[in-house]
Amino acid sequence: MTDVIETTTPTPASRDRGGPAQPMLIVENIKKYFPIRAGLLNRKVAEVKAVDDISFYVLKGETLGIVGESGCGKSTLARLLMYLIEKDEGHLVLDGDPVGEKAGVPLDGLRRSLQMVFQDSYSSLNPRLPIESSIAYGPKVQGASAKSAKEQARALLEKVGLKADRFGQRYPHELSGGQKQRVNIARALALDPRLLILDEAVSALDKSVEAQVLNLLGDLKEQLNLTYIFISHDLHVVKYISDRVLVMYLGQVVEIGPVDKIYEDPKHPYTQALLACRLSMDPDERVDAAPLAGDPPNPVNPPSGCRFHTRCPHAEDVCMSKMPALGDALRSDPSEHLAACHMVHAGSGHSKAPNPEVTTLPLWQGEMR
Amino acid sequence: MWMYALRRLILTIPILLGVTVICFALVQLAPGDPVQSLVRPDATPEQIQSLRAFYGLDQPLVIQYLLWLWRVLGGNFGMSISTNLPVATEVLRAFQNTIVIALISVVIAFIVSMILGVIAATRPGSIVDRLVTAIAVFGISVPTFWLAVVLVIFFAVELGWLPATGMGGGSDTFNYLDWNDFKFAIMPIIALALPPLAIMTRTTRSSLSEILNQDFIQTLRAKGLSEFSIIVHAVRNIMPSAVAMLGLQLGYLIGGSVLVETVFTWPGTGFLLNKAILTRDLPLLQGTILVLATAFVLINLVVDLAQSLVDPRIKRS
Amino acid sequence: MTDIPAGSLHIDKAQAAPASKVRGYWGSVWNRLRYDYVTLSCMALIAVIVLLAVFAPWIAPMDPDKSSMANRLRPIGYKKFLLGTDEQGRDMLSRLLWGGRNSLLMGIVPVIFATTIGGAFGVVAGYYGGKVNMVIMRTMDVFFAFPSVLLAVAIAGSLGGGIFNQMLTLTVVLIPPICRVAETATSQVRSLDFVDAARASGASTISILFSHVLINVLSPVLVYSSTLVSISIILAAGLSFLGLGVAPPTADWGLMLSTLRQSIYVQPLIAALPGVAILITSIAFNLVSDGLRQAMDVKA
Repeated sequence: MTDVIETTTPTPASRDRGGPAQPMLIVENIKKYFPIRAGLLNRKVAEVKAVDDISFYVLKGETLGIVGESGCGKSTLARLLMYLIEKDEGHLVLDGDPVGEKAGVPLDGLRRSLQMVFQDSYSSLNPRLPIESSIAYGPKVQGASAKSAKEQARALLEKVGLKADRFGQRYPHELSGGQKQRVNIARALALDPRLLILDEAVSALDKSVEAQVLNLLGDLKEQLNLTYIFISHDLHVVKYISDRVLVMYLGQVVEIGPVDKIYEDPKHPYTQALLACRLSMDPDERVDAAPLAGDPPNPVNPPSGCRFHTRCPHAEDVCMSKMPALGDALRSDPSEHLAACHMVHAGSGHSKAPNPEVTTLPLWQGEMR
Repeated sequence: MWMYALRRLILTIPILLGVTVICFALVQLAPGDPVQSLVRPDATPEQIQSLRAFYGLDQPLVIQYLLWLWRVLGGNFGMSISTNLPVATEVLRAFQNTIVIALISVVIAFIVSMILGVIAATRPGSIVDRLVTAIAVFGISVPTFWLAVVLVIFFAVELGWLPATGMGGGSDTFNYLDWNDFKFAIMPIIALALPPLAIMTRTTRSSLSEILNQDFIQTLRAKGLSEFSIIVHAVRNIMPSAVAMLGLQLGYLIGGSVLVETVFTWPGTGFLLNKAILTRDLPLLQGTILVLATAFVLINLVVDLAQSLVDPRIKRS
Repeated sequence: MTDIPAGSLHIDKAQAAPASKVRGYWGSVWNRLRYDYVTLSCMALIAVIVLLAVFAPWIAPMDPDKSSMANRLRPIGYKKFLLGTDEQGRDMLSRLLWGGRNSLLMGIVPVIFATTIGGAFGVVAGYYGGKVNMVIMRTMDVFFAFPSVLLAVAIAGSLGGGIFNQMLTLTVVLIPPICRVAETATSQVRSLDFVDAARASGASTISILFSHVLINVLSPVLVYSSTLVSISIILAAGLSFLGLGVAPPTADWGLMLSTLRQSIYVQPLIAALPGVAILITSIAFNLVSDGLRQAMDVKA
């Protein structure tokens, strides 16, 4: 699961438009700022920079993990991709076609390719509908007859491991957490998507149940030839399930690369600290000091320059004045490992930056598009 | 904090404007020619014509509204058709009479509801609790004007202890501290007090039992505090919202006293409303409603501000 | 089973069969109501009152409008006048029965209209948020600036009396509180994930409102509306008391209370009767709505 996934079972020609080399989704310069209003006339006094100029791509058939702590903007990002919130800037390209623009994929087409599995909470399923109806709603909305929608729903329930006869007419409050998540997955699959965004999909589950759901997700991905974007704050789970990982901090991408490289050789101090926070089961390896000090700063007034500099053990003057670039995430190879840190980029002015002649990281490696 | 107060004040202005729009619209609602609603039945055609010009009735509605608003802000509420006195003076005099009994009623209701609420909350499920709940249900279900009639039947007709109606010697010389005058006010006060009593008892009881079930009360008990002190603690906790409710109920009483005052012919704003309706005296009706609604809005404003002062949880950005 | 590997099969066995019959929301509401004797008896009482009112034309022993100067203010139980006569010699029992029709009408119809209209406004305001919400709710706020009695008297006083005006007045007075409750409930539901999921499946707003939002908003709104029935009855009686309701000689509890006022020195009991009728009806509706609220409040 470390290298770029080669082509899996080819999807029917009608759905796969761009071919195997075309990324399933390209996200370009997405921005979302939330205004804060205060004062007498409710004027906008500040902005929460929830998602600040993010770009990345997702290959067909891979699982891209997105990690970050609370408040880093990952859930906002998920909702932006699903067009549940309006973005301020940026575009999406779905399988080679731009989304939402005049000659591209209309919003409706996006819905049929891109679906989301929500975190299991009391509010992820309509408490007043039997789960069959919740799942059948999507197909019905897209034009299926009530009967065929219900059949589809029942088939999907079986596919996720719940007997349709026994569970179809149950209400959400009569299901366990793991069962509800299966329903959430079934609902997302009801529209036959090609890409699933999983927003903290297993975070609320007990560990044993979590494992079962992860297994299910893996099986479904193979059978249905899906692509996943897996958002989580749980580093272990992300490592288990992802091919590539993207690390977010305060609305920005700070590191991206194949899962093994990220976990074995994290380049950004934030990623390093996050990984160091994972407690070991070995009692001999105790941790005395917390690897990451303090709370994440306020996304309303992010620190100048590198947003992490206030908590970074390697911070220097250049970190306070200049924002480090990630690198060209859109044009780089999927096997590349990029980090937005001055220590990584040659000639940045940081004392630990490599010399300009001796670059270990190839920055450009051919075109992806 | 002052920002909050200022902001709240400024937000009240559009509401008050809306109130004036509605009051203005009331006259327009009345069937028939608006002028007929504003003049005496025996007015001469010349008087009608001059009034028509004065009110600007041949001008577009918005202009009429602005003219009317301008006059109102200057204190001119027009002339009452039935008494031919300025509406403003009549309303002002009546308002004093209403506000006194409303205040007394609400304070009595507050005290009694506190006592009943504490008793009920500290003995949940007991007979006392059920009795208190029954009183509360009765209080919100009973039509106050009927209760007023029953009080009259009982105390005035059957027992003859209290006078049935009126204000005794008249509102100018009324002395609340003199029994001969005050006895006229007793029944109106009782009749007015029952619905707020019922509502506040219910609210007190439910907020108190909510508080008493919370963890920090257990902590206090574990520390050895006596039951009495614990109750005092809990009561102090709900005081802000209880006082807010008091203010609100005062507002309701002032605005809604029409029925009780009619039964007792107590010359307050409610009675004035009734008179205005009976005599189709629209300027009086309009003026009274305007004053009462404004009073209600202002009382609400004061309650809000007082609450924000006292309750630390309310955001004061 | 399909091609799901053994690891997942493991759960299937562990999933127990449902212990009790799968019950929907209304089923569990009924289950709770079943044991609430107070509420149940009040519901029966209301049913009786409604039946009496509906069948009044057939049950009433006499013509409610037939006056008889000779038989004015006869006491309870006098000859065939089971509940005595009023100040114009009309049979009280018949008038009370007929008056019930008016009162119940005034209690229920305005509430139904106000729920529909106020509910619609509230749902729209709650779902769309933003400027739409502001416009609707600020307008409602202006109406909230009047205590209900005052607003009712103001509108009815200007419009004049009569059944139609009375109903219109009550509807207008009841719309703002219902709108507020509907708006709160809708904006709460709006923020829940399953609404986002519905949006993500490409559904139109109407479809989402009807399939997902309304069923969740309906119960708090209906419970609240049921509490308004008794308020509407009392307000209507109050308006009639002031002469702003039906015109005499139609039987109406509030109007009867007003006209009987002068008779309190002669026949106090009879003068109090219409109010007793209002009280009983009002208490019954209040207790039922309380019971409903308790039964429907808990998440099944």
